[in-house]
Amino acid sequence: MDKKMIVSSSPHIRTIESVQSVMTDVLIALFPVALMAVLLFGYRALVTMVISVATAMLVEALWLRKRDIYSDGSAAVTGLFFAMVLPPATPWWLVVVGSASAIIIGKQVFGGIGYNIFNPALVGRAIVVMSWGGYLVGRIWSVPQPFAFGFDVSTVTTATALASQEDALAISLSRLFIGNVPGCLGETSALALLIGASWLFYKGHIDWRIPVGFIGTVFIMGFLFGGGFYNNHLFTGLFHVLAGGVMLGALFMATDMVTSPITPRGKLIFGIGCGLITMLIRLWGTMPEGVTYGILIMNAVTPIIDNFTVPQQFGGVKKDA
Amino acid sequence: MSSTVFRGGVHPDYHKEITAAMAVTKMKVPEKVVIPLQQHIGAPCEPLESIEVGSQVKKGQKIADSKGFVSAPIHASVSGTITAIGPYNHPLGRPVQAVSIESDGEDIWDEQIKPAGDLEKLTPEQIRKIVREAGIVGLGGATFPAHVKLSPPPEKKIDIVIINGAECEPYLTADHRVMLENPEEIIFGLKVMIKALGAEKGVIGIEDNKSDAIRVMEQVISENDNISIARLHTKYPQGAEKMLIQVTTGRKVPAGGLPLDIGVVNHNVGTAVAITNAIREGKPLIERVLTVTGAGVNRPANLLVRVGTLVSEVLDSCGGLNDSTLKLIIGGPMMGLAQPSADIPVIKGTSGILALTDQDVYLAESSPCIRCAKCVDACPVLLLPTAIAQAAEHELFKRAEKLHAVDCFECGCCSYVCPSKIPLTQWIRIAKAEILKAKK
Repeated sequence: MDKKMIVSSSPHIRTIESVQSVMTDVLIALFPVALMAVLLFGYRALVTMVISVATAMLVEALWLRKRDIYSDGSAAVTGLFFAMVLPPATPWWLVVVGSASAIIIGKQVFGGIGYNIFNPALVGRAIVVMSWGGYLVGRIWSVPQPFAFGFDVSTVTTATALASQEDALAISLSRLFIGNVPGCLGETSALALLIGASWLFYKGHIDWRIPVGFIGTVFIMGFLFGGGFYNNHLFTGLFHVLAGGVMLGALFMATDMVTSPITPRGKLIFGIGCGLITMLIRLWGTMPEGVTYGILIMNAVTPIIDNFTVPQQFGGVKKDA
Repeated sequence: MSSTVFRGGVHPDYHKEITAAMAVTKMKVPEKVVIPLQQHIGAPCEPLESIEVGSQVKKGQKIADSKGFVSAPIHASVSGTITAIGPYNHPLGRPVQAVSIESDGEDIWDEQIKPAGDLEKLTPEQIRKIVREAGIVGLGGATFPAHVKLSPPPEKKIDIVIINGAECEPYLTADHRVMLENPEEIIFGLKVMIKALGAEKGVIGIEDNKSDAIRVMEQVISENDNISIARLHTKYPQGAEKMLIQVTTGRKVPAGGLPLDIGVVNHNVGTAVAITNAIREGKPLIERVLTVTGAGVNRPANLLVRVGTLVSEVLDSCGGLNDSTLKLIIGGPMMGLAQPSADIPVIKGTSGILALTDQDVYLAESSPCIRCAKCVDACPVLLLPTAIAQAAEHELFKRAEKLHAVDCFECGCCSYVCPSKIPLTQWIRIAKAEILKAKK
């Protein structure tokens, strides 16, 4: 046996899981959510998603001068997430600008995958909200037309359930759960989001701590300070969980691996923080919805959370910090 | 007996079916053996005065020893003529002094080898001496001298002896076969240890993917009331000392501490058999059971091999390696050491010879960490592998130390699960080495 063997440090076997397979799993998990968006808002939703995903992949490939447009799949994920946080009637050029901003300003300027501090899709959303708010806030929300499958959305627009108590009372909790309500493409159906997220739980890509911390805090705050409409405080808490972007944020956005803590305790704190800021904005802020900024602000403090929540090692004893 | 489950760990493909059903066969006595004088953790041995090139030795004759307490003597594994004493390739990396013996084909035992007598009549002190003189070290791979583990300081009371039959490394089936084929010797060895330590009971921990071994072992302990079998959940690294002790006794080895700090000593099943052979027949440790396996090996086998046999010869006896072999590993795929060539001797700690092919070996580059925390979830000692690796990469070794890098026992779970294929374990090794260097 004269052939020289490869020598490297152990372990010598690796899981077949890769960054690409993880990202592809996220896309798979978003499938029910995307499907629901098409059922509710027609092919227009599909067009928005395709434009957003294609822009994100293309911009990233150009930025990195790569031929492999899918590559690790992370650009496609960012593109799809960005589409999910847009109103159904968003014009195509705004989708392109926002999706490109998500990739460039949200991700690549920090050094690309793994190095970005903020959730790229939410950075994209924050940028377009600040620049072209007229398309994204106010009574701009097209009423869903289930199974209409149109290339144009309804011209009848309204506010979301979060705009005022009257808007909230116009919608039942069960409708909020199914998702037949005005809202962003990916946020309206708690049902579709739960089905999708269960795939990520099954594959071990997300941990229960962030969603439970986030949703739990939103529920408790809604219960305590929501004002008790819908007849009782429990339902008000539930309303805050199901309305707006909390389910999408808690299950898919806050759980973004790159921008959330790696320690178990840190994840719980992060989730609670997201819920707290979301509800502070909703209940006492000037905007109807606070999920975007709740997550972005917690993204910023993630390194600090990780630093303060280093777990005790096996057999270790607490020392004075 | 039911057991708890330790936190973390991974479930790699085990591939044990390749050799699990194969009975241990004796490899023919090699024409030449190369016996390294360091086959254990601790002080290296020096050749005895009578040992020089040209001198005749018999099988089992002691050829090297050390005055150090943490050390184990070395014995000739064949009878014949010493042809060389000098540095030779060693599985641990750098060449080590070794004694080469050309076999005379007679394979005659040294006359001094005789049974030690009835266990009832032996004192703990005598047992320790027999185990030391037999050159017995931990056969699980760590090669810690066995007699040292049987000599705890007087203030440390040992009440439980654990026999490690977990064999959690993928591919390896040597311990599995030993449990199936030598259960009675394992129990006897355990009784010897219990007696030497004045312990109260013994526990044999076996992973539940070896149900046949659990059955066989349970049959031989029926009449003993202070020995039990712990059926362990199959999860790597179940056989790691800290994990094994936690699930079998509920006790946690303190960070930086030893099992004897919590009244526990544990030994591998092969070590127990070696101790039995030393007591019953006076035989020193000159051969061991190992698994030759992997897709690169033409005829995988469980073999009883003389210490000092060249790995190339062991492989030849298994039909050689096929062309797709990329890596030759001594030990298992998770913690074993990759070798540049097969021109190395089998030593006491060689539990397996594994040949991995292009199908098994991951060769692509790593990509940036996506902070998925799968390494955090997999780490059985609850560290933050990616954070330590990052500190090591930036040479922030103080930070690595604060993150408890030295508690890592290099099981490899973090590297295994990493979707970015970052060599986390390797970075942590670098951090550990630098931290220890700074302390000196």
